[in-house]
Amino acid sequence: MSTVSYHRPASVAEAARLLAGNHDARLLAGGQSMLPSVRLGLLAPTAFIDLAGIPELQRIRADAKAISIGAMATHAAVAESREVQAQIPALAQVASGIGDRQVRNRGTIGGSLANSDPASDYPAAALGLGATIHTNSRALAADEFFKGLFETALKPGEIISAVSLPVPDRAAYVKFLQPASRFALVGVFVAQFGKTVRVAVTGAGACAFRVKALEDALAKNFAPQSCDGVVVAATRLNSDIHGSAEYRAHLIPVLTRRAVLQALG
Amino acid sequence: MNASRTSLIGRSVERKEDYRFITGAGQYTDDISLPQQSYACFVRSPHAHARIRAIETAAAHAAPGVLAIFTGKDFAAIGGLPCGWLITSMDGTPMKEPKHPVIAEDVVRHVGDQVAIVIADSLAEAKAAAALIEVDYDVLPAVVDTATAARNATAIHSVAPDNICYTWAIGDAAAVDAAFAKAAHVTRLSFINNRLIPNAIEPRAANALYARGDDSYTLYVTSQNPHVERLLMTAFVLGLPEHKVRVVAPDVGGGFGSKIYLYAEECALVWASKRVGRPIKWTAERSESFLTDAHGRDHVTTAELALDKDGKFLALRVDTTANMGAYLSTFASCIPTILYATLLAGQYATPQIYCRVQAVFTNTAPVDAYRGAGRPEATYVLERIVELAARELKIDPVELRRRNFIRTFPYATPVALTYDTGDYEATLKRVLEIADVKGFSARKAASAAKGLLRGIGYSCYIEACGIAPSNIAGALGARAGLYEAGEVRVHPTGKVTVFTGSHSHGQGHETTFAQVVAQMLGIGLDDVDIQHGDTAKVLFGVGTYGSRSLAVGGSAIVKAVDKVIAKGKKIAAHLLEAGDSDIEFVNGEFRVVGTDRKKAFAEVAFAAYVPHNYPLDKLEPGLNENAFYDPTNFTFPAGSYVCEAEVDPSTGVVRIDRFAACDDFGNVVNPMIVEGQVHGGLAQGIGQALREGCAYNSDGQLVTGSFTDYAMPRADDLPQFVVETARGTPCTHNPLGVKGCGEAVAIGSPPAVINAIVDALAGLGVRDVAMPATPYRVWQTIQAAKR
Amino acid sequence: MSEPIRLKVNGKATVVNVPPDTLLSTFLREHLRLTGTHIGCDTASCGACTVLLNGRAIKSCNMIIAQTQGLEVTTIEGITPADGSLHPMQAAFKTCHGLQCGFCTPGMIMSALDLVSHGAHATDSEIREGLEGNLCRCTGYQNIVKAVALGAKAMGR
Repeated sequence: MSTVSYHRPASVAEAARLLAGNHDARLLAGGQSMLPSVRLGLLAPTAFIDLAGIPELQRIRADAKAISIGAMATHAAVAESREVQAQIPALAQVASGIGDRQVRNRGTIGGSLANSDPASDYPAAALGLGATIHTNSRALAADEFFKGLFETALKPGEIISAVSLPVPDRAAYVKFLQPASRFALVGVFVAQFGKTVRVAVTGAGACAFRVKALEDALAKNFAPQSCDGVVVAATRLNSDIHGSAEYRAHLIPVLTRRAVLQALG
Repeated sequence: MNASRTSLIGRSVERKEDYRFITGAGQYTDDISLPQQSYACFVRSPHAHARIRAIETAAAHAAPGVLAIFTGKDFAAIGGLPCGWLITSMDGTPMKEPKHPVIAEDVVRHVGDQVAIVIADSLAEAKAAAALIEVDYDVLPAVVDTATAARNATAIHSVAPDNICYTWAIGDAAAVDAAFAKAAHVTRLSFINNRLIPNAIEPRAANALYARGDDSYTLYVTSQNPHVERLLMTAFVLGLPEHKVRVVAPDVGGGFGSKIYLYAEECALVWASKRVGRPIKWTAERSESFLTDAHGRDHVTTAELALDKDGKFLALRVDTTANMGAYLSTFASCIPTILYATLLAGQYATPQIYCRVQAVFTNTAPVDAYRGAGRPEATYVLERIVELAARELKIDPVELRRRNFIRTFPYATPVALTYDTGDYEATLKRVLEIADVKGFSARKAASAAKGLLRGIGYSCYIEACGIAPSNIAGALGARAGLYEAGEVRVHPTGKVTVFTGSHSHGQGHETTFAQVVAQMLGIGLDDVDIQHGDTAKVLFGVGTYGSRSLAVGGSAIVKAVDKVIAKGKKIAAHLLEAGDSDIEFVNGEFRVVGTDRKKAFAEVAFAAYVPHNYPLDKLEPGLNENAFYDPTNFTFPAGSYVCEAEVDPSTGVVRIDRFAACDDFGNVVNPMIVEGQVHGGLAQGIGQALREGCAYNSDGQLVTGSFTDYAMPRADDLPQFVVETARGTPCTHNPLGVKGCGEAVAIGSPPAVINAIVDALAGLGVRDVAMPATPYRVWQTIQAAKR
Repeated sequence: MSEPIRLKVNGKATVVNVPPDTLLSTFLREHLRLTGTHIGCDTASCGACTVLLNGRAIKSCNMIIAQTQGLEVTTIEGITPADGSLHPMQAAFKTCHGLQCGFCTPGMIMSALDLVSHGAHATDSEIREGLEGNLCRCTGYQNIVKAVALGAKAMGR
């Protein structure tokens, strides 16, 4: 008989208390990545702390400068949000392309960011938009959040409550599918804020990262042709049966070009 | 049969079996739970090749809920899993048949090989206990690569020290050499036919029950052929009396070949069910399916085609190395030989063909038939090399095919088959129309304007199916008959239950067979039910594979219906006080020829079961007939395909924009069902060409061990297909004139896709693209061509 | 320990008496014997186990039962009329020959119901994209796409 316990706190504070009391407990957001790992025996938590009972974690709020999305907002909720569609359509597009219909109905933005899967989409969007990740104890810039393979700046016991995403002038996301998992083999999020351009890549490295050469070229001229001739080094990029590091490196400017075209569209 | 009076034959009636599937009322093996149910979990080897030093089971035995644990030692006295086809090597020696133990004895030979079975009250307890079993392995070097297995210093089986199972050949080597010597042109190509994992969406499962009361066993199992499963299991593995074992294949969620075979798990369950005294259920996790279902294809081939100056084929020479995996699966040995090399004539009148096949063992899962089985590999050889020859000779590929078509039938090929009928020009001509080949150049230009490379590819295939004449198969090494059995049981009210040895796992037999019987007996479709998949109900069966169900199983039913009608005529003659020969059976009525005196089918059935006014002195009561049908030849479906693909040279992405198919399946009973088979075959063929490729690393670990790495085609990966079934050339030697349609499209479609990609990339100097043509691989091919 | 888990399954109130980390799919199949929900993989990739949770398609193999607290689950059995007739989407699958072996079919139908209620399904390619979470090995999807379009029409979507 299973001895795993389940908790459904009503507030973030209560969740934090539960988490602090049990180092082998795991927060359950949507569970779409965690439960398969549990099922395959890669993960064996002794307790689940489900964040689904905390209403404020599901809120999506927008003002002219930023959109704040509660950690427990599902991908479907983000994709269908009028505010998101109006203010950052590229973000709605990211959300509508994550996983599949069933995953989008359960998976959450907080869960996705905390997991920092090297091939997931939200990290590229968060990094590309220069998001701020709010936790129960502090605010973290996306630039300092993604630390490595399934590794973030979150400390033990820390809980993401919301992510705040600045509204860009333009943005777009282009995802190149790994043929089997349909995660991003490479995904590129491009955002323009005045004279600043951010280019964030997922799928290609240990975690989402920015590409300075492309950002510089696009800052000079936000046009597709600015990506031509930009060479991304394959060093430290992922390599597997679906694509070598060289292939991924090659795809980054190609997809960035397409994202720029789409952003301008 | 008389098609002119038909209304049910050739009609797309909705399927009788659908209601239970669309309402969730289907009963698949895992849906069946028995009183006192227990559950099994297998401990499997994490290594591709290792010696088992010791197995420590004490902790597992002590775990909660555990009923029993068995290891290879417990099974040592039991037979291995047999191979059903003996192939004889060129030197006259029989193929090497190493024992395939139910549970590994001292050596494991592929990742996933069974090491122990744990049986517990619940599945969770079985799994938990299995995790406590400690196996001490002495890891051995793994043999993985097909091409080099025979040169590998490591031997997987002591009976095959060079890892060679057999070296077999067909055709006249000297005549082929002579033809090559005088050829104006020779086209050569070496390639791999990629290894595939069948992945029926229902995983394999079994539930075995022992009844002490009558010392009998019942096995529910995901099988395409329950009688063959029982025969092999009882006679060769467990040594049980065949009549004491009932095998039921209930609703089965797809097979594609992978559920033909007798697998270790179900043997272990049946054996253990008596020892445990409770029914035992096992259902494969998908990860287990990837590791242990028999895989398909995996050939390494060099082919050479000799042509004269006019582009006429003079000879074909093929050399293939085929991977058998770690053990010989049930039909493994005949796939790359009998079902492969005999297909190398295709639609062409090539006078001389020689093919040599070397089958090797490797430390990978067993390889056996997967949709098409040998024939896709042969078609790929032929349709790629023909396309390449056309390109080298600068002859239009359609024209080159036409120049070499077989046009007179029957036609005896140089590789043992005799095609009874066909019209290859007809399907080719039609597919060129429905594919709008005329519009290709405009579409190519439109693609080019977007920076995309568009190509067109053709494939003209033939298939030998309706497997098989037993005497011919026997002469070629089959250890089983390949007929089919059917029984038509007319009930006293005139309703009919038909029992067939074929098994439906998606093919729609319950509808198609009912159409045939209802039509022949002039009764309603709802008055006929088709029963299949239960050895306790069906007299015998050889099963469903090799596109044989309607051509062979359907013919057996036709024969049985003929017997019912013949007996009915005698009964009617008595009732109508006429001579037997004066009775005709038309539209469900027995009539005295030339009069209005008649008896309805149901009246005659009633008389047979209530024989008060009945010729009991001459005729037995009852109306129940069975028949066995053994075909006199294979059937030869054929067709032509056109694929148009757009390649994005900057990413390597291939998009199939159009795919048109025109097939000749002979007569068609239910066009809707046939079209569904075409769609499914296309998805699997395109899957092989573009997405699916099983990969092991050099240690023998399966890299593509889940749906997240093995790319199954999804809805948005495929185009809308344009398919048409030709009016066709009916098969000349079975009563329905049908040829079979299950495998055809998976056979014919992969080369059309690759030919289209190569055509698209020809301007870059690309001569070949390996399957699966994933974006990464296509991009690599383009980069290599640029260098 | 926490309160008992209560949910509705096919309209019927249900109190759960299994461990909280029991998969929803296991609960449906093994405890309620609703075997129309099928299991085709162990990586939440195939969609055969799809059911509706408060009207939205989810993979029942990828949720633990505790997460359904207070929610409503609908399975293929739950959309099947008791009188032997069919839900319009079920009927469309039959009419269009949108199934062969039937194993993926319940999940496919449940996904289709979510798609036509909450997703874009005006074109064949939108329907194809909308079904990306469900594998079928038999049909090549063509008749499934046709069935979903017909079912949507019959449902007035």
